[in-house]
Amino acid sequence: MQEWLQFLSSPNLQWVMAGAALLGLASGVVGSFVLLRKESLVGDAMAHAALPGICLGFLVFGRETLALMGGAALTGLLAVYAIRAVHSQSKIKQDAAIGIVLSVFFGFGIVLLTMITNGSYSQSSGIDEFIFGQAASLVGADVQILIASALVLLILSFLFFKELKLLIFDPLFAGGIGLPIRFLNALLSSMVVLVVITGIQTVGVILMAALLITPAVTARYWTDRLGVMAVLSGLIGGLSGAVGALLSSTISGLPTGPVIVVTATAFFLISFLFAPQRGILFRMMETRKNTQFVLNNFLLDTMYEKLEKRYAAGQYSALFSRRELEEQTRLPRNGLEKTIQALQKQGLLTQTDGKYVLTGTGLAYAYDSSLLRRIQDIHLTHEAELGSWKEASANGDLRKPRDYLMNERIHSLLTAEQKLPVSLAIKQSSIEYADQA
Amino acid sequence: MLYELWILAISSLVAATCGIVGTFLVLRRIAMVADAISHTVLLGIVGAFLVSQTLEGPLMLIGAAVVGLATTYFIQVLDNAGVPADAAIGVVFTSLFSVGVILVSLYARDVHLDVDHVLMGDISFAPFHTIEWNGIPMGPQAFWVILAVFIIDLALILLLYKEFKITSFDPALAAALGIPVTLIHYLLMTMVSITAVASFDAVGAILVVALLIVPPATAYLLTEKLSRMIIVSALTGVAAAVTGYYTAKYFNVSIAGCIASAAGALFLIAFLFSPSQGILLRGRQRKKAAAPASS
Repeated sequence: MQEWLQFLSSPNLQWVMAGAALLGLASGVVGSFVLLRKESLVGDAMAHAALPGICLGFLVFGRETLALMGGAALTGLLAVYAIRAVHSQSKIKQDAAIGIVLSVFFGFGIVLLTMITNGSYSQSSGIDEFIFGQAASLVGADVQILIASALVLLILSFLFFKELKLLIFDPLFAGGIGLPIRFLNALLSSMVVLVVITGIQTVGVILMAALLITPAVTARYWTDRLGVMAVLSGLIGGLSGAVGALLSSTISGLPTGPVIVVTATAFFLISFLFAPQRGILFRMMETRKNTQFVLNNFLLDTMYEKLEKRYAAGQYSALFSRRELEEQTRLPRNGLEKTIQALQKQGLLTQTDGKYVLTGTGLAYAYDSSLLRRIQDIHLTHEAELGSWKEASANGDLRKPRDYLMNERIHSLLTAEQKLPVSLAIKQSSIEYADQA
Repeated sequence: MLYELWILAISSLVAATCGIVGTFLVLRRIAMVADAISHTVLLGIVGAFLVSQTLEGPLMLIGAAVVGLATTYFIQVLDNAGVPADAAIGVVFTSLFSVGVILVSLYARDVHLDVDHVLMGDISFAPFHTIEWNGIPMGPQAFWVILAVFIIDLALILLLYKEFKITSFDPALAAALGIPVTLIHYLLMTMVSITAVASFDAVGAILVVALLIVPPATAYLLTEKLSRMIIVSALTGVAAAVTGYYTAKYFNVSIAGCIASAAGALFLIAFLFSPSQGILLRGRQRKKAAAPASS
């Protein structure tokens, strides 16, 4: 414990953790805008395109932090505009445009990089650290830059939240009400560039994309609101940064950038599997529930229609053997078994002498469900006249199909046999008692 | 002199192979999946190294193919689960690449598997890494590996040309005709993976992307016919490799970087001056078309 406290209080680790957390926070917030704009990989291209800028900055001004960052910002923005130009001025698609710009800029960056390392420049060592980042070497001054840039980004996101939101979800409308679209596009691109140029020193150009994309995708699993998503994404990014930095310093030889990315990916996987509503497990359970619901209704309907036929033929038995159910429904054996059990649990079906019979409630339920299906058939054939089925069901008109029979038109379209059953139901229940007696 | 010839032969073969395979990536709008695969191939190489403890042999290709397919599969899974396509690519490749980098720095630090090498390649050393067959010197190993991959790729494309063509342009029609669209997709991804790993000796895994995407995109601007596009793409790649090599030699800089830059320059030329698509000539054509109407 003592050791841990001592370890945690080492100033170097604190700087690294603070820096990584701030970076994660800022990129998480900006990343959620970028994700919804469907430009996640543009951020990746920007990060790669920063490399030639860094080298140019170094070649022209020497190893000044500001020169390197300025160069990175310049080529990063240039890359965004190059992607837009290639995409809009030729038949080349967005993904290929991103790939072209990313690889060519990066290739040119490598050329400049070898020019620097082969040449006789002073202080050239460490330039290539930008490819993978050197989080472990973060010092106070770097963290100050990170704090400043994170603050700028958070303030910008807060101030222009409404405008950016509109730009993301409905750019045409935003233009229509007079928002400066060009300016907002440039603003968003500049925000991404700012994240990228402050981040590459920590995680490097290649993994910078992960900090923009992964926390945002993760946050998307938990909410449908942009504001909540941005905050959540920032928190996840910050947490990934801090945890990643901590983990990589406890085990020697672990590179910080990749560990941060793996941490963020772990958060993503947890959300991907377990998030309510969108998580895979939740959706699998939902699908299973729906399937069972459909099967239940199917069995009830099948039994009900068979009863109708018997009734028309003058047979009054309400009992079904297991075999009969199998033949009528053609369900696989265990599917049928499950459905029977589910219906018995709900009190819609009972068993007497090894035979199955609908209970009173079951019969009423089966009647409603069959009637609903018949009304739907009629409704869909006469949709032009009766209006859209979707609307009718959305209005809740169909909760009680029996009430819907009051609609005169529907009433006249259904044949007598199709809507008959109420009387049958009454008779049925008396038969049921007779059977049991 | 022989040294230079080998380098030119290797880089031209890499460029031609990438150009041929890349054509279908550009047409299918999955160029960025190639970017993802070229990153994650690192994990396949590290995995194969951890199993075999060498950096040679077919295990590298198998490892790369497995990881490449896994990458494609994961992207597909996320895509089906509702993650936006580009974000799915981003999440998958960054995480697998990170795992690869972590494994390298934990277990493979002392061997010749530094990440810089995998990413940027080092073609200038490739000719020294020769192999012998029955005591006869056969030239650089990299050459034979990439030649084998070139032949495999070319044979598959010639053999399944019709299938590749239909699935690229109209997957729905292909499915209706009974062509296994998914199988063809994964076959293509396997080809991309082994091409990437065979090329990384020459140009590095990342700059493979440049050769996979840029020459086909250039060819896309110059022709409207698939067979012609494949040939133009391969030739553009070779031209980029040759000019890139001599530029690099002249300025004493990275060969791989120069090849990528040369490919970019060729693309820019096509983008500006392509007879049918270039933004400069296209404008003139429009003026020409508009002139009689206005007079």
